[in-house]
Amino acid sequence: MASPLPPYASPLQIFWYYAFRVICGLIFFFLVFPILTIIPLSFNAQDFFTFTPEMLRLDPAGYSFKHYIDFFTNPDWQQALRNSFLIAPMATILATALGTLAAIGLSQSHVPARSAIMAILISPMIVPLIISAAGMYFFYARLGLQGTYWGVVLAHAALGTPFVIITVTATLVGFDRSLTRAAASMGADPVTTFFKVQMPLILPGVISGALFAFITSFDEVVVIIFLGSAEQQTLPWQMFTGLREQISPTILAVATIMVALSILLLGTLEYIRRRSERMRGLSPS
Amino acid sequence: MKLKTLLLATAAVGLLSTTAIAENHSLALEPCENCADSLTLVSWGGAYQNSQIKAYSEPYTEATGVTFTWEEASAEAVARLRAMNEAGNVTWDLVDVVASDALRLCDEGLAVELDGDTDLAAAPDGTSADDDFGDLRVNDCFVPQIVYSTTFGYRTDLVGDTAPTEVCAIFDTDTYPGQRALEKRPIANLEWALICDGIDISEVYDVLETEEGVDRAFAKLDSIKDSVVWWSAGAETPQLLADGEVVMGSTYNGRLFSAIVEQNQPIGMLWDWQMFDLDGWIIPTGIDEAKMNRVKHFLKFATDTQRLADQSKFISYGPARKSSAPLVGQHAELGIDMAPHMPTDPANAETQFLYNYEWWADNRDDLDAKFQAWLAQ
Amino acid sequence: MSSAQLTGMDMATPDDGVMRAADGTPLKRRLARALRREKLRSFMLIAPLLFFIILSFLLPIADMLFRSVENQIVENTIPRTVVDLGQWDTEQSDVPPESTFEALYYDLFTAVEARRHTRLGQRLNYELSGMSSLFRGTGRDLDNYREDDVKALEDAAPALDDGAFWVSMMGGDGGGAFLERRKQAVVTVADIREGLDTPLGFTIGKGAIDLLPRTSSAYADWGVFTVFADEDAVAEETPWEAVFVALASDLRALDVAELSVFDADIAEVLTDGKIALEAITPPDFAALFEASDADWVEPETWRIFEKFSSRFTGGYYLSAIDADSAAEGFQLMPEDERIYIKLFIRTIWMSLLITVSTLVLGYPIAYLMSHTKRSTANLLMILVLLPFWTSLLVRTSAWKVLLQQQGVINDFLVWINLIDDAGRLVMINNQLGTIIAMTHILLPFMILPLYSVMQTISPSYVRAAKSMGANDWTAFWRVYFPNTIPGIGAGAILVFILAIGYYITPELVGGTQGVFISNRIAFHISSSLNWGLAAALGAILLLLVLVLFYCYDKIVGIDNVKLG
Repeated sequence: MASPLPPYASPLQIFWYYAFRVICGLIFFFLVFPILTIIPLSFNAQDFFTFTPEMLRLDPAGYSFKHYIDFFTNPDWQQALRNSFLIAPMATILATALGTLAAIGLSQSHVPARSAIMAILISPMIVPLIISAAGMYFFYARLGLQGTYWGVVLAHAALGTPFVIITVTATLVGFDRSLTRAAASMGADPVTTFFKVQMPLILPGVISGALFAFITSFDEVVVIIFLGSAEQQTLPWQMFTGLREQISPTILAVATIMVALSILLLGTLEYIRRRSERMRGLSPS
Repeated sequence: MKLKTLLLATAAVGLLSTTAIAENHSLALEPCENCADSLTLVSWGGAYQNSQIKAYSEPYTEATGVTFTWEEASAEAVARLRAMNEAGNVTWDLVDVVASDALRLCDEGLAVELDGDTDLAAAPDGTSADDDFGDLRVNDCFVPQIVYSTTFGYRTDLVGDTAPTEVCAIFDTDTYPGQRALEKRPIANLEWALICDGIDISEVYDVLETEEGVDRAFAKLDSIKDSVVWWSAGAETPQLLADGEVVMGSTYNGRLFSAIVEQNQPIGMLWDWQMFDLDGWIIPTGIDEAKMNRVKHFLKFATDTQRLADQSKFISYGPARKSSAPLVGQHAELGIDMAPHMPTDPANAETQFLYNYEWWADNRDDLDAKFQAWLAQ
Repeated sequence: MSSAQLTGMDMATPDDGVMRAADGTPLKRRLARALRREKLRSFMLIAPLLFFIILSFLLPIADMLFRSVENQIVENTIPRTVVDLGQWDTEQSDVPPESTFEALYYDLFTAVEARRHTRLGQRLNYELSGMSSLFRGTGRDLDNYREDDVKALEDAAPALDDGAFWVSMMGGDGGGAFLERRKQAVVTVADIREGLDTPLGFTIGKGAIDLLPRTSSAYADWGVFTVFADEDAVAEETPWEAVFVALASDLRALDVAELSVFDADIAEVLTDGKIALEAITPPDFAALFEASDADWVEPETWRIFEKFSSRFTGGYYLSAIDADSAAEGFQLMPEDERIYIKLFIRTIWMSLLITVSTLVLGYPIAYLMSHTKRSTANLLMILVLLPFWTSLLVRTSAWKVLLQQQGVINDFLVWINLIDDAGRLVMINNQLGTIIAMTHILLPFMILPLYSVMQTISPSYVRAAKSMGANDWTAFWRVYFPNTIPGIGAGAILVFILAIGYYITPELVGGTQGVFISNRIAFHISSSLNWGLAAALGAILLLLVLVLFYCYDKIVGIDNVKLG
């Protein structure tokens, strides 16, 4: 159906071939359209989330950069941006380091209570966020971690680890064990073997897991609202309070910037994947 | 009704001297010993928080170098303070709350009691702070800043030829078809329902005391339940009005002022049985001594006569001190007189209802539960 | 590593029939050791994360869920009343005896001073409506109970205004343990945690405890509160009213001759007081409470006290399934007050709808991607992942802009004359809004597992089917589709698990009919402050999710989740 039409296709098959593509096109439209609508709105000259008549007439007076200027000059937004870039990378490093080690451990052949351990490690992804957030809030507050940088980092790292586990485990499934054995038999110690042989091969999984962990922290709003204090206000938090207390298209300007950032990240991810596939000799077919 | 006469008097004085322009005298602050050099303040965000920054914290920083961190969490202040208190780790130094929350916090020992004579500044003529605030200082923990009203805005272009003039228009879906926005809580909605069901304002709380009275209020609300959009944050109604999503909706008068005057939206405003309320500061219990000294020092400054008057240059809420009223001037950017836009203006305050804090403090838990169950039906 | 070593083992030395390694140790033991070492090593790799997750994630959740059964507030706030209630014979009378009301007076007095009584009222209000205002109202009156007693004592025995007099009157040996118990109780009520090693500055003697039991207890409460909460010296303060009321009751109960155990000057003061009290009618605490609020003599009030006086409760769980926790036996709430069961059902039902929608939309996309050139598939993958990487808040706000009545979609429909201006569709602030927005948000979680399964299905299956005469549809439905079922299972359970716990999106676009149980949990945490009920609802939701998670593990295996 989706593969190229053979020359002997019947009219029904031809119809279905194109109909299927139209349907898929519509679904892709559904996926991407909401994200595209926010881009023009972010240039709104007014302070509301509305397409004004001026905007629809494409009158330049209806458009302005004021929300972008607001984002780049407002100290609150700048502080939020800084916080997001202080918290997310640290949480990512923690989640990736712990997650990768655990995934390697889990991939070995004799792990007692493997599925129970796996269930525990995956649980942060499964437990409804509101429960995690409330639990961590009360518990961290008692430990004096609530409202601190490290409290937020620990919480975000915990939420990000399941993604690292999943992606790294997935790469390890296709990992050829004889490579580490070969390295070991040639006298390499386990640490060298890990960094010289295993790491380069599972690197794509690690990187994609790290990116997931990064975005988990970078886009996280429920836990940070409970766990953070004014000093840890991140972008999503600022957006959330913005949506509730003071609806301003600055949020949409931020969103547009973040979409651009996502495309950049996705491009990187795709580039890395292609590169790694070449490395593994699985060239794209 | 004592409160009301007091307010009218305040406003009248305000009207007589709207031309008095606030001047920033060079600030001579008392020295502060053993004081922290940074504070975390909690407020509501948006234009309101901005007005506080402009009128209170920026001048204070200029005079003392103290830095402020603002957190926008006043909506959840009671829950957060209780959790912080339980954990023994209070991270807020000064919290902006509505009067009803202040009552609750003070009742539970989560807010510090303040002495009007020593902790707060007297009026320029020597009147003590307690007398200057009068009844607005609802308890010893609460230092009022502003009076505001929850009132109705409507889309001038969507209400036909006859613009609504009274609050009961929200229940009139024939003349004003379309969605309305109401706050997602029982306070004010139940009172409006009863007023529009023919109950006299003076009897509203007596009626609400009875089960039949509560049922009657809910029955009235039932008549428009299908066309209500429920809001929980002050910014929602102006957005809904600007979008044309609702024909009318309740919100704080300052938000409507901003949408109408500053944003030029086609919105009109009702001054009829608007719910009068207060907003002010409390200091949480459990902060360390240096913070406490600093926050008291700041509070004394930020709630003096001049500072409260200054705030009204940025937002159309009335200052809570009698002595501030004559100093209310013009909008900081637009240069229009602010007094006619204040909830305390006599023309606006003719029919307003004073929301009964004590009554609601006693009955809030019950009615909240009933309201939520009703909403979910 | 084990097999690498095993290849070098020496097979030439088996005399006893036991296989041995090169160094002569039995192979079995050697293997076991190698296995142990390997287990240990993999465990060492897993351990850091395991401990991290347990400490930073699972413990906090367990701690929160504990709140759903925890009920210490009643016993902590009115301890003497709870003890006294144990002796109440519910068969005999609807309302407990006078002694319980008296105990309640002293307990409540301390609680009011510590500002804890409104919390207890709020707590009990969850079980019985009206308790909150009962405690608040009575709390305001309590200072004035038995004003006559207080005044008579102060007038007849002015020495009682002097803190130092009290210290010498109550002081003595043998009351250390008693005082320590009171100290613990008061410190618990008032929730004082710092400076607890400050010396009290007063004692209570055995003689005072025996002769003036109520006074000793009330005085100890006041003293402890003065030292730790007010941080004042006991000898410099006059005790609060309850101590005077207690002294009046004690004096009434004793004989003047018994006062001789005190020093002469103290006995004289107390005798004066006792004489002055003769003119005043003895207290009737039940009547006093009734005068504050008639609910105090309602049997139902006391049934609630009794029912919820233990340290643990199932009340929150009963409330969480709409049962009337105040009733005897199991009984559901009146129809119009049941909300949680309905909400759970709605949450499950809507999550199902969302799962089905993502499947219907995700299947063709995954199919297209797995049947096209690798480079095109990767490009399409970026389109799939783009929303996935865009802030949840932004996507939700975008849907708001699109779906509202004056929004883009309605405008478009009006513009193409499909609907007229008056007939604009309501697509937001209801269930439809939640379903559309969440379908969009969760779609990638369906596409990714489907795609990873479809990629592994060999095209030769379908070709074989076709070569045997199946038409396109049959080949797809009978051969291809069954092979994708693991992917459908994985995607569906993943989407369902994620959907059921959603909070932010329903909050922003769901109105009142499109919200989930999570919104209710958030409401109880941040607005109504009913944390116990929030925990109970959370526990039930968690249980639901864990059951699903278990199914997921059984059907697809946790390892088989793939993300891009």
